[in-house]
Amino acid sequence: MNPIEIAPGVYDVGVTDWNIRDFHGYSTDLGTTYNAFLVVDEKIALIDSVKKEFADALIDNISRIVDPRKIDVVISNHTELDHSGSLARIMHRIGEDKPLYCSKMGAKNLVRHFPQKWNYQAVGSGDELKLGRRTLAFLETRMIHWPDSMFSYLKEDGILFSSDGFGQHYAGPERFDDEIGDRIMVHAKKYFANILLLYATHIEKLIRQVAEMKLNLRMICPDHGVIWRSDPGKIVKAYLNWCRQEPEKKAVVIYDTMWHSTEKMAEAINAGIMAEGVPSKPMHLRAWHRSEVMTEVFDAKAVVVGSPTLNNNLFPTVADFLCYMKGLKPKNKIGAAFGSYGWSGEAVKLIENELTGVKIELAQAGLKVQFVPERPNLDACHEFGRKIGRAVSGP
Amino acid sequence: MERYVCQVCGYIYDPAQGDPDNGIAAGTPFAKLPDSWECPVCGASKADFTKEA
Repeated sequence: MNPIEIAPGVYDVGVTDWNIRDFHGYSTDLGTTYNAFLVVDEKIALIDSVKKEFADALIDNISRIVDPRKIDVVISNHTELDHSGSLARIMHRIGEDKPLYCSKMGAKNLVRHFPQKWNYQAVGSGDELKLGRRTLAFLETRMIHWPDSMFSYLKEDGILFSSDGFGQHYAGPERFDDEIGDRIMVHAKKYFANILLLYATHIEKLIRQVAEMKLNLRMICPDHGVIWRSDPGKIVKAYLNWCRQEPEKKAVVIYDTMWHSTEKMAEAINAGIMAEGVPSKPMHLRAWHRSEVMTEVFDAKAVVVGSPTLNNNLFPTVADFLCYMKGLKPKNKIGAAFGSYGWSGEAVKLIENELTGVKIELAQAGLKVQFVPERPNLDACHEFGRKIGRAVSGP
Repeated sequence: MERYVCQVCGYIYDPAQGDPDNGIAAGTPFAKLPDSWECPVCGASKADFTKEA
């Protein structure tokens, strides 16, 4: 993408990765962007960089505005390689001795990624950098979502450079929230559910701290996706809401199947849940990516998981999903397990152990069917679903 | 001595190691850490730690 002036003298010089479909295990069906920003004042500052393989495009974008060698300072808000991967090229181009501002943990973490002896300037909350007419203020935001994460705030313009916070994996013709409208919210929610959920309590505290600072927030520029300029308060409010993890009255039935038996159970259970007026969706783990499933789990009240027993164990995709969900620690949920089996039937118990291990309260005992479910088995599945539906819709 | 786990980032405070980067000598039990002590990885407060299971 070409650079755009987002405010007088402030440019988005980032790049679009149209073709990425798997972002470290997160499905990016529409691609993503790596945003980087150039502030041109008496001093010229580059805020964040992009993935290594896009270094040329970043340098080209910067060159359309200024000679990259004129950059005086670089700010690294986050060490992760999609935002730091081009640093080696950038620092080499602008001068290896130019100051590189980052958090204290950023300095520790960047040296574990890059062998160069750069001129690290570790900053923390309250520290400021005068660029001329403008001032950058730094705010440490550890665990949003790495220990090194920080925000940079351009005071005079009211622009918050929020690193991965408020980001969305989305690539499209739009660069601003008002150009895409509410369609962007599903991408923002998916990002929160898959990247930030584990730190929800921590993020809520931080947002409240920032709110007390009463910043004149005119624009939020995350490092992925569109820039929030029409109503930056909207995404902040959405985050506060998501941090509370108050589920919606809906369910999700997550499963895999070998010879369609667990699938038949899943569909009967799903129909039972819906018969109680509760929206529910069956999600086959080889049809849906784990990050899509996690997005559904995020705001669902009930998480119903089914697996056939394979070699006395869980089906591998189910184990994959349970492991993924365990790491993200969703809260305030009920759950149940089901599955078909041939002769031993361990899977249901194994699912229950995983659900209770992540503090998902079991709504009822698991349901097992040997080999192929017949009509009475499917009726039992339907009733099993209805019971979950009632637990979701109940007081 | 008991180890404590940060509920925010997973860092484990091990009294045998202490936190020498932040002036906590090896051998300091978790209970004896000053209230102002913070998780050296993520900055969480003492209240965010629980005893290792």
